[in-house]
Amino acid sequence: MPSAAPSASYLTSHSAILAFLLVVVGFVAVNLVLWKIIRPSRFSEEKLTTYECGENPTGSAWIQFNIRFYVFALLFIIFDVEAVFLLPWAVVFREIGPLAFLEGLVFIAILAIALAYVWRKGDLEWVRTEDRQV
Amino acid sequence: MNAEAAVFYVLAAITVGSAAVVVLARSLIYSAFALLFTFVGVAGLYLLLGADFLAATQLLIYVGGILVLLLFGVMLTHKLYDLDLRSEVTQFLPGVIVSIGLFAVLALTAWRTDWAGGDGRAPAATTREIGQLFMGRYLLPFEAASILLLVALMGAAMIVRRKRSA
Repeated sequence: MPSAAPSASYLTSHSAILAFLLVVVGFVAVNLVLWKIIRPSRFSEEKLTTYECGENPTGSAWIQFNIRFYVFALLFIIFDVEAVFLLPWAVVFREIGPLAFLEGLVFIAILAIALAYVWRKGDLEWVRTEDRQV
Repeated sequence: MNAEAAVFYVLAAITVGSAAVVVLARSLIYSAFALLFTFVGVAGLYLLLGADFLAATQLLIYVGGILVLLLFGVMLTHKLYDLDLRSEVTQFLPGVIVSIGLFAVLALTAWRTDWAGGDGRAPAATTREIGQLFMGRYLLPFEAASILLLVALMGAAMIVRRKRSA
């Protein structure tokens, strides 16, 4: 199976991404500008407060977050990298067939062990089981 | 100026401009968000160079992963709001000399290098070829990467756990 034929212009082969990008950015920009022109502008102090579903916000929104969030972010990175490795695998999956399925299965199975490990050890719990027992 | 050059200049402007905001912003959170545009701009430049897999990796790992870590790091910062990031100007002259020297070396390298334009054809997509190599010749490294990730995750979990119990 030969790789995809080189296109005349590299830009055209990825123009879909560019088109999406332009539409996304353009949609937001047009809406912001258009409604800025159309809507009436009546200033009031209350409009400047943070929107909290009708509740009056107390204190600053810039609080120090719980350190537990960082652990989840760290675990997320690992599976993020897994996704990157699986990207080229997914592209050739159909050409290679059952062998690719097997190889991908082994790859994911090894990382499933990782998931099972952190799960079993209680790292995915908001309050870890060991802490709760103490 | 053709379309490719136009796209390049727009991407370069986004990358350099947002990188400048990262350095110059007074608020840490502005810097972190400006970094998002720098990463996306670099991903676009990779794509323009024909490195589509690298661009996808840049988007997934840096924009999706590293930046999340960075933002969490920022949000974990104590007293984030009133933080004044301005630092005093120290060692002005050595700083200028080092910057100019570095710029000169980089500019000279860029100027003198004979940038080979290839055979005039656009490069083919790389992701498919990488996939074929992963499934064939480099199968063992592919699976070994999985084990490496497993070890990295276990290590990260271990370190975090020990810090907490201590």
